Formats: sequence, C-alpha cells, structure tokens
Amino acid sequence: MTALLTIIVLVLVAIAIWQMTKIFELSQVKTEQTEVANDKDNRLNGYLMFGFLVFIYLLTIFSFWKWGSVVLGKPASEHGGQYDNLMFISMALIFFVQIVTQALLHYFAFKYHGKKGKKALFYADNDKLEAIWTIIPVITLAGLILYGLFTWTTLMDIDEEEGDPIIIELYAQQFNWKARYAGADNVLGDANVRLIEIDKNNVIGIDESDPYGQDDVVSQSELHLPVGRKVIFKMRSQDVLHSAYMPHFRAQMNCVPGMITQFSFTPTVTTAEMRADSDMQAKVQHINELRAEGRAKGLDTETWEFDYVLLCNKICGTSHYNMQMKIVVEEEEEFNKWMEAQQTFGEQMASAQ
Amino acid sequence: MSATAVNAHAEDHAHDHGHHHKETFMTKYIFSQDHKMISKQYLITGLIMGAIGIAMSLLFRMQLAWPGESFKVFELLLGDWAPDGVMDPNIYLALVTIHGTIMVFFVLTAGLSGTFSNLLIPLQIGARDMASGFLNMVSYWLFFLSSVIMVISLFLEAGPAAAGWTIYPPLSALPQAQPGSGMGMTLWLVSMAIFIASSLLGSLNYIVTVLNLRTKGMSMTRLPLTIWAFFVTAIIGVVSFPVLLSAALLLIMDRSFGTSFFLSDIFIQGEVLHYQGGSPVLFEHLFWFLGHPEVYIVLLPALGITSEVIATNARKPIFGYRAMVASILAIAFLSTIVWGHHMFVSGMNPFLGSVFTFTTLLIAIPSAVKAFNYITTLWKGNLQMNPAMLFSIGLVSTFITGGLTGIILGDSALDINVHDTYFVVAHFHLVMGISALYGLFAGVYHWFPKMFGKMMNKNLGYAHFWITAVCAYGVFFPMHFVGMAGVPRRYYTNTFFPMFDDLTDVQVVMTVFAIIAGFAQLLFVFNFVRSIFYGPKAPQNPWSSTTLEWTTPVEHIHGNWPGEIPHVHRWAYDYSKTREDGEYVIPGQDFVPQTVPLQENEEELNH
Repeated sequence: MTALLTIIVLVLVAIAIWQMTKIFELSQVKTEQTEVANDKDNRLNGYLMFGFLVFIYLLTIFSFWKWGSVVLGKPASEHGGQYDNLMFISMALIFFVQIVTQALLHYFAFKYHGKKGKKALFYADNDKLEAIWTIIPVITLAGLILYGLFTWTTLMDIDEEEGDPIIIELYAQQFNWKARYAGADNVLGDANVRLIEIDKNNVIGIDESDPYGQDDVVSQSELHLPVGRKVIFKMRSQDVLHSAYMPHFRAQMNCVPGMITQFSFTPTVTTAEMRADSDMQAKVQHINELRAEGRAKGLDTETWEFDYVLLCNKICGTSHYNMQMKIVVEEEEEFNKWMEAQQTFGEQMASAQ
Repeated sequence: MSATAVNAHAEDHAHDHGHHHKETFMTKYIFSQDHKMISKQYLITGLIMGAIGIAMSLLFRMQLAWPGESFKVFELLLGDWAPDGVMDPNIYLALVTIHGTIMVFFVLTAGLSGTFSNLLIPLQIGARDMASGFLNMVSYWLFFLSSVIMVISLFLEAGPAAAGWTIYPPLSALPQAQPGSGMGMTLWLVSMAIFIASSLLGSLNYIVTVLNLRTKGMSMTRLPLTIWAFFVTAIIGVVSFPVLLSAALLLIMDRSFGTSFFLSDIFIQGEVLHYQGGSPVLFEHLFWFLGHPEVYIVLLPALGITSEVIATNARKPIFGYRAMVASILAIAFLSTIVWGHHMFVSGMNPFLGSVFTFTTLLIAIPSAVKAFNYITTLWKGNLQMNPAMLFSIGLVSTFITGGLTGIILGDSALDINVHDTYFVVAHFHLVMGISALYGLFAGVYHWFPKMFGKMMNKNLGYAHFWITAVCAYGVFFPMHFVGMAGVPRRYYTNTFFPMFDDLTDVQVVMTVFAIIAGFAQLLFVFNFVRSIFYGPKAPQNPWSSTTLEWTTPVEHIHGNWPGEIPHVHRWAYDYSKTREDGEYVIPGQDFVPQTVPLQENEEELNH
C-alpha cells in the first residue's frame, strides 16, 4: 500500500510539473497574454461547468449505488421508525432542492458564458421573485420544524411513572462502560465518585448506606435489555465527557461528570431477530468476506456475528476509538435468567468484607 | 466628527505626501502601518498556517484509510510519535485538534477576514488608511505571535493540545486525562487568548473605519457587499470573541489555580480530585457562544467576496442588493442565538433544544435568499470565467450542498443519531471549510493585481480550481455515508468495530481525493510566488470593475490616492446599465465606475 501511495503521489507531482512547464511554454509564445479570461477560456470553462454538474449527479448516483447499503438499516427501537421517517422526508426534500439548485447554478454558468460584444441584462431587483423564494423556504421549514419538534418533545419527555420502565445507569470512564441495574425495587441507590473503593470492588461509587443500592446490579461486560420494555437510562461519567451512542436504536446522550443525564427508548427487535433480518444478513456476509480477505493477509480479523453496540461518541482520550460495550436485546425470560445469575451490590460488598 | 470633516482633514494631509515618511525596510515591510502591507502580511501568514493545517489533514486521512500501516512520511514528520512509521493514537488526536484550530482561526478568520478587510475596507470606501494604523499593526503582530506560539506547541515532547478544537473540559483541563492536556493545552490557551486580542483590535478598527471614513457620496447603501460583509463580520467578532476569552480564562484558572468552574466529581487515575460544583456544560455554552458565530465570521467575508466577484464577472449588478444586505444582517443576528444546536445531546434541558432548533432552521431562510440571488445574478449575464469567478461559483455550489445537510443537523430530533459522526464533519467542511477557502482563493485571484501589481497565471488558476472542485466533492460527498453508518468522529481507527469494516473502501477513496487536492494546492503556491516576482504587470483595472480600489495607481502609495480622494456618485453595481435607447450609459463600456456622476436623463435606481 505504501508503495502504491508513493507512486500515486510521484505520478501526480510529475503530471503537475509537466503541465506547468507546458503551460509556460504556451504562455511564452503569445506575447499579448493578459491573464484575463478571453472568449476561448469562457467557452471552455462554461462547458466544464456543465461537465461538473454531470459529475455531481454521477457522484451522487455512484455513492448511492456503491455505499447505499452501509448505512445503519432497520431501527431497533420504538421511536426509531418515527426518526427514520423524519430523516427520510428531510433527505428527500434536500435532495430535491440540491438537484434543482445545482442544475440552475451550473446550467446558467454554462449557458451564459461570456462572449465579446454580448450584452448582459441589467436586472437588479424583483420584489416578487424575492418574496417567492423567501416564503417557500419559510413554509417548508415551518413544516419541518413542527414535525421535528413534535418528535423531539415526545422523545425527550421521560416519564418514570408511565409504562413500567426499567431503570439502568450507564457509567462511563476512560475507556470503558459499565451498566448498573436498579434491581427488584427499580430504584438506583445513591452514588458518587467520592465513594469509589477499588479494593472493595465498589468501582462506581455506590453509597453502601443507601438501602436502595443494596439490590443494584453492576454489569462490567454486557448491557442486557428486555425487548418491548421501556428503558430509562441515567448516564454518569467519572472523569471526562463521554457520549453514550447506540446507533441502531437511534439513541445518544452525553455523559457529563458532575451531573446525571438521561435518555429513554423501548427496544423492539431482539439481537436474534436482527441477526435474522435479510438486509443485516447481507451486510454481515459482505463484511465477513472482507474479513476473510484480511485473514488471508495475516490480519487478526475473525468472523463476525452481528451485535448491537454502545459506542463512545465524544472525544475522551487515547483509546476513545475502542470504548465500547456489547448490547444484548433478548426476551423477558432470558433477561430475567441473566439477571438472576448476577451478583447484587449487597452480596458483592458482603463477600468483600 | 462628521465623515466629511475627517475626509477634509485627510485630504489636507494628503498634499504633503512625499515630503516626509522616509520609510526604512523595518517600517515598510515589518512594522508597517499601511493597510495594504498589513493585508499582505496577514495573507502570507495565513497561507503558511494553511499549508501546515492541510498537511496535517493529509496525515490523519492516511491513517484513516490505511489504519495501522507504516509510512515513511509519518516517521519523517512525526518522529517519536510514529514509532516505526505507525501513527500513535495520541498524535492522531493532536493532529485533528490542531488542524481544526489552525484552519478555523488562523486561516479562515485571520487569513481571510484579516487579509481582505484590511485591503478592501479603506480602498473600497475611499479612505487613506484604517482609522488607526497603529492598532492595525499591533493586531497583525499579535496574530503573528499567536501563530508562533501555536506552531511552537507542535514541538513539545508530550505533544500539542489534543482534546479536539472545541477543547471541552474535563479532557482539556486535566493533564492526567491525556498527554496533550499538559503544556500543549497551556500553549493552546495562551495562543488563543492572544489571537482573540488581535481579532478584537482588528474588528474595532474595521467598524470605526467603515462608519467614519467613507468618502463623500459613499452612503451605507452604496457600499459594495464586500464591505457590508466585513463590517458585519467585525461586529459579530466583537460580540462573540470576548466570550471565548472568558471561557479560556476560566479554563486556565481551573487548570492552574484549582478553581471549579467547569469541573465536578472527578475520579481519574485512581484518585478523587477536589473539584466540586462546576459544569462542563457551562463551558460548552461559552465556547459555542463564540463557536457558532465563528462559522459566520469565517463565511460572511467569503460570501461578500463572492458577491463582488460574481457581479463583476457576470457583468451584471448583484441581484437584490437590499435583500443581500438584509440577509447578511439577519444571518449575523441569528448566528448569535443558535449556538445550542451544538449541544442537543449535551445534557442541556430539552426545552432549550426546541428553541435552538427553531432559531437554527430560521437561519436557512436568509441563506436560501443569498443562494437564489447568486443564481439569478448569473442568469442572462455575460460571464467572464476568470479563476476568481470559478471559485465563486464553486462556493455557491458547496454552500448549497453543505448548507442543505444543516437542515438535518439543526433539527434536534434528527441530530440525535448523527451528532458527532462523520455526517457532521462532511456538513461543516463543505458549508464553511471548503466554501470559505473558495472565498479566500476567489479573493486572492481577484485582488492579486491590487495587492502585488502583477497578474496571476490564469491557466494555472483553472487547473487549480478544477482539480480542487472535483476533489472537494470526492472527499466530502461520500463522507455523508460514513456518518449515516454511525461512524463517530475522532476515532483513531475503526477496526475495533467489525460493523464498520465495509467502509474501508470509502475511506480510501476519500483519502486519495484528499491527497490529490492537497497537492493541487501546490499549483496555487507556485502561481502565487511566481506571479509576485515574474507575473505580467497588472493594468489599473484588469477586471473592468466599478469599485474605488481600481481607481488607485497600481504602484502602492501611502494614502492610496495621489491627489484628492474620489467622490462617489452611484452604487457599486452599474454593470451593463443601458440608456433608454439601448446603448450603455458610457457608450462602448459596459460598466460605470462609482466615481462617474449620473449622466443626463439617467435614473438612479432606488436600491
């Protein structure tokens, strides 16, 4: 690869030098070189402007054809459908505007390229036109704003009383995640970084004297979620800013030292169901082919099986790029079984005595 | 004091030119108080910083396309930070941080606004110089000092600042959190504090000059749009830069004096720190109170330059002059009340998020008006495809492409899943990075004859534009897909997430385009340097322009005009204006300079 890159660079430099010398040879011949565009330049660059429009369109089509499948795919949460719908409408709108305005811009640049003796139209103002293209964006944007704000407020209106939610704390530190479940009482015990005792394995600073904390369960490896049940995440960070990003669920919230932030969603697709999804299977298959190629080259790329993942999405230091936690969405019974196998905070403290 | 009185004084002063002002090398080239020289100093310093910033981006793009590969160039340039030619994760973060800082502040704020505000404000409003030549000189030298400090920070053993150009605490506040948050961050903060002082001195000077030193007849509604843009930019700068200064000062106190403005409840490296009660969210508010207007501080001068260049080269008046001025004012006002859209998922109250969504989407309206007005200006024009014109049309194109995705990001609900992903990177690079760079290039190609008295080679200019234009889309269009796939920014490598493995080829495509674009800039550098020394001598008004700067002699003189300052009788956009009989106002010439009085029976437009 390095060799290839070096070659590309050398070739480009060579072409650049060759072009430069050629251009200077040419410019030496003509003594009346004014460096102001003449009719020939205008015509050539006019055509190139049109060519550039074609380039933009082709690049768009090519990108969709080649990379259209890399995007996230089917949402795995209740609000995800609504989110994707709003995204689709906005995207359709901006693509429409993009195609039309780029066409006008580059077509005019091509059509009206200058010629000696041509007269431009003195056209300084038109109130009606300007009113039209002020009002059309106003109306469209008003629609988008209303739709967007409606989605936003429903999403952000986190009601702990409604719909039997499960309360989970996401705890961020350089460079890993921990999850704390509120246990049988579904209330998280008080916690503060000042109460952390590493040697007693109280790694996230739960208050030992708070009875609500005794049945809390801390998971250091995986985040398990029951499907179809609303989850309210309470986020904390112990050192710097992090961001809990769960792209498949269209969910993200920063974790801020010194305060508790929250986000809520209802997972609707279990890990097993997502693995069986046809688009996902195609994606996984494609990626595994690439990983097999990597193995053939001696890389450490094992065969991959799809899993939901929690990523850190706020720059947090050296290993920011590998701060992740596996998310498992499963049926309620499986979830309960997993939960029972975990040690509660009270048990943990008792065994540490 | 009224404007006329000042001018009368300035004119008196002008008569005794040549009698004094014995200029030495020091006062002419180094500590110059002449706005034309200062503008050249700004430009060249900005371009050097730009070369550093662009080179950095090529390095980290290579790491992204070929993660973990060993490159000789890494070993050569990064030394101990690239053991065996493999880039270290910390230096990756440092590179993206300094790339952002340099490009946003040193190139696109100082290099663009500093250069062209200095050059054009006195020349286009008809003034002998800035209101205070001395402050102007101080402003440049503070900028120079801050550049030097920023560059020095690159040579620290622990590396330069690496917390992202937004330097959010606690990461930036705690030396334990990452190596770059030690001396590197201290130098970053010192450099930026000096930079802010420089920017404020410059901006105050621009505002006073525009308000007080306009020549006779140059009413505010006859100002070229460049001046409107520089003027309003300076006002936004004065309003918002001091807030960044306060954020930087408070951060310095948290770092060095143990205060807790932005820090609370921190446990790091096995120990609890004493900080209590501060909030990083407060820093985010302060930072973005500047950070968002900063986008327009970068962009408005570029749009001003574009307005002027498009009108001149289309041989048509800019369409909707009043609407353009109103848009600049509306954008400036709105830009100061939208900062929260960077913080939708910061933990800020969601209700505030709703308000910021509303104001943010409003800003699309004046932006749309500007885009449509540019397009209409091209309609039925006689377009002279000079390199500056190409870059201006390119600017409108990237401004639209990048601006449209702002509708996605400005919507708080949609922002949730694309926040801090490559979608954002693609968006702002197109709408402010590439667009403002195009504005900078358009300005250099257009006013090079004014700055250096020489012409730049147009063929090299064409090659420069077309390669850059293709590559800019080649880098940033596919990048949207990377963002839609959920790839976070500032990841040293994506190989720890198998779900991103199918994006490797996109990364390679983007990097190859970036490298080609980077090398294409050498064409510009070569053309620039060569033309200064060997370019053909420029005529007085090479682009047949109406504005005042082209009435000054090609050779720079102190005080700009040898005799009296010309008076102004019309607006700046009388291109291709005809009389009732269809002949041009000045027969045989398709433009009427601002200094030409209204002709008989000529109607002055009510603009």
